[in-house]
Amino acid sequence: MKNFNFKSATNSKEASKLASGRATFLAGGMSLLPAMKLRLAAYTDLINIKKIKTLSGIKVSSKSLRIGATTTHSLVSNSKEVGKSIPSLAVLADGIGDPQVRNRGTIGGSIANNDPAADYPSACLALNATIHTSKRKISADKFFKGMFETDLKKGELIESVEFEIPEKSAYAKYPNPASRYAVVGVYVAKLKNEVRVAVTGAASCVFRSKELEASLSNNFSASVIDSINISAKGLNSDIHASAEYRAHIIKVMAKKAVSSC
Amino acid sequence: MVAVNITINGKKISKDIQDNTLLSDFLRENLSLTGTHIGCDTSQCGACTIHLNGNSVKSCTTLVADCEGGEITTIEGLSKNGKMHQMQESFKKHHGLQCGFCTPGMVMSAIDLLEKKKNPSEQEIRDWLEGNICRCTGYQGIVAAVKDAASKM
Repeated sequence: MKNFNFKSATNSKEASKLASGRATFLAGGMSLLPAMKLRLAAYTDLINIKKIKTLSGIKVSSKSLRIGATTTHSLVSNSKEVGKSIPSLAVLADGIGDPQVRNRGTIGGSIANNDPAADYPSACLALNATIHTSKRKISADKFFKGMFETDLKKGELIESVEFEIPEKSAYAKYPNPASRYAVVGVYVAKLKNEVRVAVTGAASCVFRSKELEASLSNNFSASVIDSINISAKGLNSDIHASAEYRAHIIKVMAKKAVSSC
Repeated sequence: MVAVNITINGKKISKDIQDNTLLSDFLRENLSLTGTHIGCDTSQCGACTIHLNGNSVKSCTTLVADCEGGEITTIEGLSKNGKMHQMQESFKKHHGLQCGFCTPGMVMSAIDLLEKKKNPSEQEIRDWLEGNICRCTGYQGIVAAVKDAASKM
């Protein structure tokens, strides 16, 4: 890993100010540090944001659940508030990586990285999340732009993620047995006004399945999924699974998710 | 360079280190605490697992600078007055190792489990050890050791 200047910020403003030039924010570092060690990424400055107290924590209201950017996966998975308001989100957090990764990795880091096979981006899309940053609010639909790409601008810091509390929801993942990343993960949520279905792991970026959403909006049951045709076009094909296999697994995971809602 | 103040196995340590120093390297190279092993160095194998502020983490993916003010326990910090920790005793009793390379990480990870869940089921033990890879034992002795420790801790 190439050397850099390690700096700790005590508030969001300071963090954004420090993040000039070739600098980046450091939360849990579970993706950033391995990428830097492999020389896939290099920065002049790492800005530690874990000392910013307002960025950590979980708040629940009648309509939404808000999770601070530096809240770790293990805090989310063990949170009573999350377990009560959106239990599927606690299940998702508990299935990320392994215990050591969950003790360090954060929700803000996960969505800022936008790994095509990460779990949290699917929760953001399915639960109609709003990403609160140091500059603005971004709807999840506009946040995830492409492979490892988001709408975040230079120096813009994620402060919290606000999820709409659904009537029912579930996440079903077919994990890579070694890494626990999603070969395919499907998050299904029946919200007050709509049904949302987000798919991760299958393509270059998390996406909403219009086909699954249309059918489940008419009839929220696992049986309607049998008749849906999921195209393999544009899906990933690699050593873990072909595009056709992924298309099939999307249906299997969607059925599993709807059944466990 | 960055100044760090951390407590390692109960001992306060203050040092100036290069900003990109990894905790695993710092423990082994600077402090000669070679019980913490570096297996894959890509945060997959878990041999480098230590406790940071009461949670198991992989020291090969943790910056020393990021541990400022923190409390760290390594495998060397487990025994008290020459007496091994119960988890170490159980690993010995059930032969939860063969070559022993993964053992420090397994022990540290398993202790974290029992600190968070008193009587885990076999499935819960196996799920928890997802982050630790052993290429010798087939995990049977390891799981038996953790079960045994759970009944005694």
